Amino acid sequence: MTLAVAAVLFGLYDRGSAEVFQFVERFTWIDAGTAGFDVQYLLGVDGISVILVLLTALLFVVATLVSWNIESRPREYFAWLLLLETGVMGVFSSLDLILFFLFWEVELVPMFLLISIWGSGRKQYSAMKFVLYTIAGSALMLAGILALGFSADPRSFDMIALRGADISSDLLPLSAIFLLLFAGFAVKLPMFPFHTWLPDAHTDAPTAVSVILAGVLLKMGGYGIIRIPVSLLPDTAKDFAPWIAAVAAVNIVYGALVTLRQSDLKRLIAYSSVSHMGYVLLGVAAIGGGAAQVGLAGASLQMFTHGLITGLLFVMVGLVYDRTHTRDIAQMRGLAHHMPFIASGMVIASLASLGLPAMAGFWAELLVFLGAAQEFPAPTILAVIGILLSAGYLLWMVQRVFFGAADERWRGLPDATAWWEQAAVASLVAVILAVGIYPSRLVDVINVGIVPMLTLLGGS
Amino acid sequence: MLQDLDRLGPELILMVAAGFILLAGIVLPGDSFRGRTRTGWAALSGIAASIIWAVVLALRDRQGPFFGGAMSLDNLSVFFIFLFLGVAALVVIASMEYAPRFGRNEGEFYCFLLLATSGAMLLAGSRDLIAIFVALELTSISQYVMAGLLRTDRAGEAGLKYLLLGAVATAVILYGMALLYGLSGTTKLVAPGGEPSILGTIASADPGIRSGLLVAIVLLAAGFGFKMATVPFQMWAPDVYQGAATPVAAFLSVASKSAGFAVVLRIFYEGMGDAWVNEDWSILFGVLAAVSMTVGNAAALVQTNVKRLLGYSSIAQAGNMMVGLAAIAASDETSLGAAGVAFFLATYVFTNLGAFFAVQAISDRIGSDEIADYAGMARRAPWQAAVLAFCLVSLTGLPPAAGFVAKVYIFNAAAHSDLMWLVIIGVLNSVLSAFYYLRLAGVMYTAEPATEEPVPIAVTTGAAMTIAAAGVLVVGIIPFPLIEAAQRAANILV
Repeated sequence: MTLAVAAVLFGLYDRGSAEVFQFVERFTWIDAGTAGFDVQYLLGVDGISVILVLLTALLFVVATLVSWNIESRPREYFAWLLLLETGVMGVFSSLDLILFFLFWEVELVPMFLLISIWGSGRKQYSAMKFVLYTIAGSALMLAGILALGFSADPRSFDMIALRGADISSDLLPLSAIFLLLFAGFAVKLPMFPFHTWLPDAHTDAPTAVSVILAGVLLKMGGYGIIRIPVSLLPDTAKDFAPWIAAVAAVNIVYGALVTLRQSDLKRLIAYSSVSHMGYVLLGVAAIGGGAAQVGLAGASLQMFTHGLITGLLFVMVGLVYDRTHTRDIAQMRGLAHHMPFIASGMVIASLASLGLPAMAGFWAELLVFLGAAQEFPAPTILAVIGILLSAGYLLWMVQRVFFGAADERWRGLPDATAWWEQAAVASLVAVILAVGIYPSRLVDVINVGIVPMLTLLGGS
Repeated sequence: MLQDLDRLGPELILMVAAGFILLAGIVLPGDSFRGRTRTGWAALSGIAASIIWAVVLALRDRQGPFFGGAMSLDNLSVFFIFLFLGVAALVVIASMEYAPRFGRNEGEFYCFLLLATSGAMLLAGSRDLIAIFVALELTSISQYVMAGLLRTDRAGEAGLKYLLLGAVATAVILYGMALLYGLSGTTKLVAPGGEPSILGTIASADPGIRSGLLVAIVLLAAGFGFKMATVPFQMWAPDVYQGAATPVAAFLSVASKSAGFAVVLRIFYEGMGDAWVNEDWSILFGVLAAVSMTVGNAAALVQTNVKRLLGYSSIAQAGNMMVGLAAIAASDETSLGAAGVAFFLATYVFTNLGAFFAVQAISDRIGSDEIADYAGMARRAPWQAAVLAFCLVSLTGLPPAAGFVAKVYIFNAAAHSDLMWLVIIGVLNSVLSAFYYLRLAGVMYTAEPATEEPVPIAVTTGAAMTIAAAGVLVVGIIPFPLIEAAQRAANILV
């Protein structure tokens, strides 16, 4: 039953990703008709969103693969997963502010149910915390969207028309509109100090949902910042750049320090996401300086690569947990003896995550640093220290969990042998390596999206 | 005079049907008419006939004022006539399972339901203070009786409380009307061709009447605030919803509120729509909206009883709708706020009906409406739980339900009127509301049920709640027809 239903859904996914590849070929704005009260059903992708659409399609296939053995209420589970994908895809391809908000909210209910039904531990608490944080952010975002739409001349919610439009500050000061919009995305990113929902949600979510949460949903925050406040209020955004850089540095270092102290495998990776999303913020902050293009490209690439890498990390953690039924690092030892495939997967993911050259993460972080270093040297130095810390916590974790003497307790545990497990891991590793070795294919696409934004930012 | 009687057709048909049901229950021997569902079908036939007549009226273009301008068949009244008829039809369908519990009073229940509906429809069409008052009494008194119809202590308390507070509200309204009459010398809200009217008096802009007018505005807003269940006149709502029979509570939660908003649109938007007085009452409604949302949501957070939760949520929702009233005045396109009210009201009505019917389908079977007893209801009563959860999602204002469009639309109107402070209070309130709405949904879907015993459902109740929820979904995905209707209704002035 599970298999049959999942297979049907998997078929749907495939079609979804086939379409996505067509988008890559076009990467132009697509106008899909108009309707309604000043709200258009306007979808389209540019260089920044198209890679995230690609990422979404890939990670949802992976999420389906790792959910292959869901036993409880599988039909509902995959239905919610698909609705979630609809919402995320919609966010990445909406070019109308109200439509964007609609898709942004679509994602809430499936996530709430996926965590609170199929999760573990304090799942109700975590699911509610996730929803309330997100709604609080998105509520402010709605106020910001309405204020922005009505302050623009001519009035519009069309993101293309709003680019470079005159925004008056009669209704609200521009900085207030910027902060309202920024708040919604900052919660999602998550930005310190609004990050506390993330570890809870991750810890208690099922594996596939963790993969989606870290891999795709967090990117909605970063993407939103670039797409809406930065693109539509470029001057205000520049004024805020130093603040963004400062918060980014806090995110990176604080996230990394907290990660070092985690004893739960999933919480560790969750906090590492907080730290890594700081790099996205740092890249965005580069708009305040001369190397805006590099910084924004870095931020976009970081979103893509972090999605892959953290997705892979959560897949591996999920595989480990399926077998050991514990996520407590202290209880695990020498797992590599029993499950070499999982161990190698985890090592690859960790190396990629700490930014080893030839892996995807390296290029993204390099670009972010190049973009930000000139204008904000101090936060950049802190961010580099963050890399060292991340090397520390990742390698330490790998060493504790997988290496060392074999533990009798774990003898006889099977390695990842099912085809769907291996396919999920292999596809992610392949893409990580491909991006690491040949990043310019992606960076070129991203730049198509960024260059028009630079003109809006004025200069460089 | 008589040639205009056809424009009252929908209301008259309902009254005739109400009289027939009452008499048939008395005259026909024994239980041959009472009991089973025959009374319900009779009421439903009356509503169907009324709907057909209303459609014919709309198609034959019989719009315009009549009875010397005391009544008006215009887009606003047509919108509300269809809304009230839809409500009545759904409530009758949902009551067929429940109504035998009224015992000997079953006929009276349907009778007063039809009378209350026709009164609300008359109210939406009245353009004269006296006609408004008569219609208001017709619908209010029928509702007081309905609230106390169930022979339990709780219902008796609810009915009495509703009656006493309602009587006070009526007195306050009457006083406000008397002041308006005294200031203008006429009871007509608007009148063609320079005849004396309240709007005309206000438009002649005699600053001397301003202070008297302000008192009248406050009194009327207070009195109708009771009907709409907004703070500070909201105290009755949770008690009455909890105490009254569930179909009655469902009806009161939407009919009383809709009637209140319909008449407020008539009196304030149409009768006092002139610019200089607009500002006075719009700020009043803005403050009431902010307070209602906050108080309603805060109180709903701590409720452990589903019906009381819905009661407090309806107070908060009334606050949301008042945002639209506040947006009328300051807007340069005055119809946007009024259209927002009409659209929000229509979506709220069907969402709340769906939620109440689902609660009825669950609570009356398990004999409890405590939230704790709803644990795991998704397993025991999957369909009822799905409808309830979907309606809760809509009340929260999340897509794809109609509540999302309504929320965006009404805050859109407020932002349009430079009421950003109200928008921000409103959106923050939606965070509060998400907590208690989704907590109830979460309890049904994630908690372990105390027993696995399935909860059966009657076909009629299931049909009523499914129709309501389907309407919410359809409007959520294809909102344009309803938005257009709301905009036409709001354009009576332009």
